[in-house]
Amino acid sequence: MDFDLSDEQRLLRDNVERLAAAPDGVTSDRGWKRERWKKFAELGLLALPFAEEDGGLGWGAVETMIVMEAFGKGLVREPYLATVVIGGGLLRHGCDGEVRKKLAGRIASGELLATLAHTEREARHELADVTLSARKTSGGFVLDGVKSVVPHGDQAELLFVSARSAGGRHERDGVSLFRVDADSKGVMRRAYEFADGTPGAQIRLDNVVVPADALVGEAGKGLALIERVTDEAIAALCAEAVGVMSAMGEMTVAYLKTRKQFGRPIGAFQALQHRAADMFIALEQARSMAVYATMMVGESDAAQRSAAISAAKVTIGQNGRFIGEQAVQLHGGIGMTMEYRLGAYFKRMTAINLMFGDSDHHLRKVADAGGLDRKLA
Amino acid sequence: MDLRFTPEEQEFRQEVRSFIAENLDKETHASMLAGHRPSKDQIVAWQRVLNRKGWATVDWPVGFGGTGWNIIKRHIFREEVQAYPAPEPLAFGVYMVGPVIITFGTEAQKKKFLPRIANIDDWWCQGFSEPGSGSDLASLKTAARRDGDHYVVNGQKTWTTYAQYADWIFCLVRTNPQAAKPQEGISFLLIDMESPGVTLRPIVTVDGGREINEVFFDDVKVPVENLVGVENRGWDCAKFLLSNERVNTARIGATKERLRRLKKLAADVSENGRPLVDDPSFAEKLAALQIELKALEITQLRVLANEHKNGKGKPDPASSVLKLRGTELQQRITELTLQAAGPHGLVGESLDVPLGHNEDEIAPEWMRLAAPTYFNTRKVTIYGGSNEIQRNIIAKQILGL
Repeated sequence: MDFDLSDEQRLLRDNVERLAAAPDGVTSDRGWKRERWKKFAELGLLALPFAEEDGGLGWGAVETMIVMEAFGKGLVREPYLATVVIGGGLLRHGCDGEVRKKLAGRIASGELLATLAHTEREARHELADVTLSARKTSGGFVLDGVKSVVPHGDQAELLFVSARSAGGRHERDGVSLFRVDADSKGVMRRAYEFADGTPGAQIRLDNVVVPADALVGEAGKGLALIERVTDEAIAALCAEAVGVMSAMGEMTVAYLKTRKQFGRPIGAFQALQHRAADMFIALEQARSMAVYATMMVGESDAAQRSAAISAAKVTIGQNGRFIGEQAVQLHGGIGMTMEYRLGAYFKRMTAINLMFGDSDHHLRKVADAGGLDRKLA
Repeated sequence: MDLRFTPEEQEFRQEVRSFIAENLDKETHASMLAGHRPSKDQIVAWQRVLNRKGWATVDWPVGFGGTGWNIIKRHIFREEVQAYPAPEPLAFGVYMVGPVIITFGTEAQKKKFLPRIANIDDWWCQGFSEPGSGSDLASLKTAARRDGDHYVVNGQKTWTTYAQYADWIFCLVRTNPQAAKPQEGISFLLIDMESPGVTLRPIVTVDGGREINEVFFDDVKVPVENLVGVENRGWDCAKFLLSNERVNTARIGATKERLRRLKKLAADVSENGRPLVDDPSFAEKLAALQIELKALEITQLRVLANEHKNGKGKPDPASSVLKLRGTELQQRITELTLQAAGPHGLVGESLDVPLGHNEDEIAPEWMRLAAPTYFNTRKVTIYGGSNEIQRNIIAKQILGL
């Protein structure tokens, strides 16, 4: 048992934290910068999870955790999760030789943005609920339907689109995954901002024709891949959330020490001290579960992996909301303002809770699975 | 970074588990599985088994009967004892006064007391709280006046667990009422419970159990050689003892065992034609508890790994998190067990009354124990520094407020 980072991992953390906190970085809660994306590429961050034979660094979940936590602290809005974690994950686990190598290389160099277009209007958090249809034709498939919540869907050039090629609406079998060029005829995007300012889009595919080799993996068997990559995304998101939570905690404690009322710092009042202590406890539990998710995301038994990841998301969701709400409350009026950074963290935390299943969804999953396993720790 | 235990550690866990299985008295095990606290005799018998094996005082330094295991192995040992479940060492001796004597005591005290603590030849109890001094421990009033080669002690202690079994009590007493700060006039004294002038009054707790007592001191003569450490510096001993106590009150292994058991029990209870364990609301409560327990377990491992790396130093203030969350989860288990018992949770009996074989039992034993256990477990967020005091510690020592 060992919770230490290696020298290389520490260096990575320091570099990413520096980059994320750079003064030319994003300090408002909107938008992101291509220049910084290029810096990520130069630092190798965009090549992080890809195998060395695909031109990547061949790093794993711990390194992704390190990067994402630093991004959370720095409120980084670049499409790392969408492109490298999710897009990269779908490539790594779902795509074959040449295609994988070529696309991984383009992501690593920073020239290609990718994302997963999966969530539909009626589906809430149920991954198997896919209605966008895939009709087989002689030369390939025709995709028809709407994806409503696609992170960075406004700019991603490569879309991974889930579609139903067989079976009924909620069935696990019959979900297929396709690579779709966002410039394809019939793809229409309506850009909007997520509640936290992350760029997003609704993507309508109006009888979009894709070739047979656009299919990722086997027809009708795409859900397991989507689940696996979603679990990786959740593990990464948990780490980001820990960064967000720790930033909110630090800001709040600093504020309690400086803000004076009734002639003394408000941190001298026990009601507020106890609230801050509860925030600290919530953060430490969240951090532990983010580490747990990181350790379990590579678990080969999908049921165990999934229960562990859900457990982490439950904790992150509950504790993140608690910390965010308390942080705003303890800041008082200033916590409500757009110009103060706390609000941006709070909104990011809220967005994280709405992504890939909220606490209730994942609690139900753990309950249905009959609990957690004792394999680790 | 790797959360997995090493093969050597896993082997060690197996060794501990096998030892417990082969050596723990079957009746003791059955009784604890059913939810009873171990009796005095059961605690003593098991402690002596461990002592013969050399495992009675695993946390002590090697020269004093410790095993020399690293912090991870000690954690595994403690977790296995709790999870089996087997009786835990008598905390007042092994975790509290023993380490204080080792750290602050004289050679004579070490020689006289430590081997008897390890074997529970002496049963120890703790004389800290007083009627007017709970969280504000330093306000304590029990007075020890120096008179030649002994002290004369007058005053009262309370909430004294198992004082009725005790041969000795370690006490915080006021030796200098004129000290500038209340903490500076306190000494740490070992008092023979047989001394003339020591009397007990039992306090019956809400569960009907008799664990705690008031202890009165009426001109009790205590030899000066029973002073531990320096006169008027007893607060150092107290702080040292309390920080050790926080680590040991998380009891995650025990909560895991109770959770496993509750899952089994809830599978045997039906409502609306399906097992309670499959009721969505109850299943979610169980899952939530298991998740929170996992989070705490990993937090505990992080604290241990940190101490392991840094070696012996100051007690980690993060141990307050362990005490706080650990006790909250212990309570949650008892709440859920009572809920699982349903209306038969009303069928009462004292924890202290041994259950004879009764064919016409009104409700299964675990249901009858559910309410008393729930009531009794309210104590855990109060003792060892109430959870509000732990929040103060976190706010001040970790957050710097």
